[in-house]
Amino acid sequence: MNIALTHLQRLEAESIHIFREVAASFSKPVMLYSVGKDSSVLMHLAMKAFYPAKPPFPFLHVDTTWKFREMIAFRDQMAQKLGFDLLVHVNEDGVRDGINPFDHGSNTHTHVMKTVALRQALDKYGFDAAFGGARRDEEKSRAKERIFSFRNAQHSWDPKNQRPEMWKIFNTRIAPGESIRVFPLSNWTELDIWQYILQENIPIVPLYFAKERPVVERDGMLILKDDDRMQLRPGETIENRLVRFRTLGCYPLTGAIESEADTLEAIVGEMLTARTSERQGRLIDRDEAGSMEKKKREGYF
Amino acid sequence: MRHIMAKSLAPTDSIRDYMAAQEKKSLLRFLTCGSVDDGKSTLIGRLLSDTKQIFEDQLAALEKDSRKHGTTGDDIDFALLVDGLEAEREQGITIDVAYRFFATPKRKFIVADTPGHEQYTRNMATGASTADLAIVLIDARQGVLRQTRRHSIIASLLGIRHIVLAVNKIDLIGFDKAAFDRIVADYGAFAKELGFVSVVPIPMSARFGDNVTSRSERTPWYSGPSLIEHLETVSVDEAAVELPFRFPVQYVNRPNLDFRGFAGTIASGTVSQGDEVVVAKSGKASRVRRIVAQGGDLDRAVAGQAITLVLEDEVEVSRGNMLVSPAARPQVADQFAANIVWFDEQALLPGRSYILRTETDQVSATVTELKYRVNVNDFAHEAAKSLEINEVGVCNLSTRAPIAFDPFAENRTTGAFILIDRITNATVGAGMILHSLRRAENIHWQSLDVGKRGRSDLKNQRPAVFWFTGLSGSGKSTIANLFEKKLFASGRHTYILDGDNVRHGLNRDLGFTDADRVENIRRVAEVAKLMADAGLIVIVSFISPFAAERRVARELMAEGEFVEVFVDTPFEECARRDPKGLYARALSGEIKNFTGVDSPYEAPENPEIHLKTLGRSPQEMAEALEHWLTERDIAEEQYDNGGGI
Repeated sequence: MNIALTHLQRLEAESIHIFREVAASFSKPVMLYSVGKDSSVLMHLAMKAFYPAKPPFPFLHVDTTWKFREMIAFRDQMAQKLGFDLLVHVNEDGVRDGINPFDHGSNTHTHVMKTVALRQALDKYGFDAAFGGARRDEEKSRAKERIFSFRNAQHSWDPKNQRPEMWKIFNTRIAPGESIRVFPLSNWTELDIWQYILQENIPIVPLYFAKERPVVERDGMLILKDDDRMQLRPGETIENRLVRFRTLGCYPLTGAIESEADTLEAIVGEMLTARTSERQGRLIDRDEAGSMEKKKREGYF
Repeated sequence: MRHIMAKSLAPTDSIRDYMAAQEKKSLLRFLTCGSVDDGKSTLIGRLLSDTKQIFEDQLAALEKDSRKHGTTGDDIDFALLVDGLEAEREQGITIDVAYRFFATPKRKFIVADTPGHEQYTRNMATGASTADLAIVLIDARQGVLRQTRRHSIIASLLGIRHIVLAVNKIDLIGFDKAAFDRIVADYGAFAKELGFVSVVPIPMSARFGDNVTSRSERTPWYSGPSLIEHLETVSVDEAAVELPFRFPVQYVNRPNLDFRGFAGTIASGTVSQGDEVVVAKSGKASRVRRIVAQGGDLDRAVAGQAITLVLEDEVEVSRGNMLVSPAARPQVADQFAANIVWFDEQALLPGRSYILRTETDQVSATVTELKYRVNVNDFAHEAAKSLEINEVGVCNLSTRAPIAFDPFAENRTTGAFILIDRITNATVGAGMILHSLRRAENIHWQSLDVGKRGRSDLKNQRPAVFWFTGLSGSGKSTIANLFEKKLFASGRHTYILDGDNVRHGLNRDLGFTDADRVENIRRVAEVAKLMADAGLIVIVSFISPFAAERRVARELMAEGEFVEVFVDTPFEECARRDPKGLYARALSGEIKNFTGVDSPYEAPENPEIHLKTLGRSPQEMAEALEHWLTERDIAEEQYDNGGGI
């Protein structure tokens, strides 16, 4: 009998171990659910980790009010199907001030509707640990982050002074008000995620599959006109193209790629020949050098 | 256009085939280490670039950054690919470990790029703790340096058995074979005591790619493998599945009364349905009824899998315990020897209490003896009273309750622990257990017939430890004396332990270094505990400057028995009073390590009694203390008589 674990089995076991460690060591954990493919994998692993019980923590979606409509529909459908406790938080101050990515730019919009909103939600419920789906292969400041990443009472990350993290022995001790961000997918790559989705047949938002969609070409990106709030600039036209998304965020800030991949197998096949990174489709990463680190220090996931 | 992706022409079947092949690939985790500027980050950049792991948009960003921050002129500075923090790019150094991922047709790799600076040694250790192999880089112009040795020792202590000695920048010494051989011999002489299974030296230029992915024509004298060839084929199999079964219980899954599953990750060995298992700490035996998994129970599970076990019997098992093979059990002890790597600015002090954490267990622990410090240059065992940041030593430890473990040399998972500071919660050290101490097995508590309750009832009082802390000259002894007189007059049985007096006897062998101050307090706390056990009201009058030691003293005593009294007199006032003339001598530099002058005083944050002495007479304060004690006794009496709180 062959008893060596496969690459995906090793990653799966590590993630499950991390989930259980948090459930055993913290009094009020939460899972940040962003509806994307990584969140889908995270949710699938959480269900496995505590089977036959349900995950002993709620799922929190920070809704910027600019997510793709299909994401919201998928979110509600999953919550109903799996029966988990879904919390949705919106920064009402931002809504009142009419913050949006078109008028205020991606930076302000992301800060107010995502980073500040997240801090509000964590404070409101008093969560002491929060799972996120970030992976180290995504971006170079994430490559530096611990699996159990300490946050002070202001939710900020101090990248120059991280706790040593030895073996699988995690230091889960914090003072009141402090918290830990936990990243069970730290050691997964984008390709691992897709292979696992394929292997486990995990449901994902249909936006990941190629389809004719109405898009506008802007700043070198293909932006989907998801609703009537989309403002066209002079000279811009909407055309139907066969596109899909490699990563999902706020629709005005997320670029589609032209692709014919309409099955998981085809997506994996496309991944193998990809010449650009997935975050290339994210406008917020390109705002300025080190922009992800800066956002993370302010409390972004 | 940038947003167009290469079209996938591969049919579905070939993707499935490809995935099946991917699944069979093994994974190698390694780190790059060595001194500053030996080219660790450059090597990783080269590996990623040559194995086609850098995407076009990343390359474009890298070219931009290279012009701005780079140190390689017009060429791409690959180090900027891994030095992901702003501070790192600005200063051109690596501060923390970065994890990178790449694959070749033969293997998948996770590489940890670790910092070379001594001050970031803990981040190097973080990267090393999960690695199977270390690439030790050496600048061919510099040879073996102090950090080369330190990193090699730490890699060895953390259980790494395979080394690649990358003699880098070989282009800068003209591909000189003699220089290469000299460095290899130097390293070999040093590393022979480190227990490495393989040490493979490779002459290399990370910047230009010589001997990285393919054999270089510029080193015709070198006949060994290129780095990638070696990484693809080196066997690092630790065969954890062949060790005895160890299952640290991480989480008890209890969704309803009918299900009680023990969740955890198998540390070593295998387990099958029907196997007999034993609870490590209690020795109770049971059998595995089910190995539960979503999608159907498993017949068998192996090391590395995260599973949930259901047992046949209702045995007592909780997080921190282990289910183990009945034939080969782990050790269970509260005293053991271990290698320790220290990470914190505040030195490790024998006698100070830390939190010890294994993979799932957590317990109070103190270092009872620092046996020696290891000199990283020559392995000399040096006597030491404390372990400073980045130092390595061998210690005896004592835990408040027994833990289950194997020697680290036998099992890398069940033989490791970390130490956590009780106040800051920082991870201050990493430990690798050597062996249990014989004492732990042979000395057991004597159970005595006459108890503390009986002894204190006979004296018609409740024991208490009044712990006076405050600066020298703050008035501790004066107030303590008056307080004892009052208690004595009201028929109570008391004793004063005074700092100066104890130093003439019990603690005459101790000085005033931080390490000695910790030991001083530890002994006094233990004596106070014995006296409280005898039923006495103990008054301890010690400067006791460190919060950590006062906390240890508190934890030694029974609930409610420890009363911290902060004698709060401002430094200026103490220095002005200077009853023994000590401040004058300390301020002139004649006395070293004087609290408040050149040694810190950590004021209590939540003392039971806070005496602000300015403007109050000692008599008045002694009365306040007596009043406090009377109130406590009345409250406890009511509670004991069922009167509630």
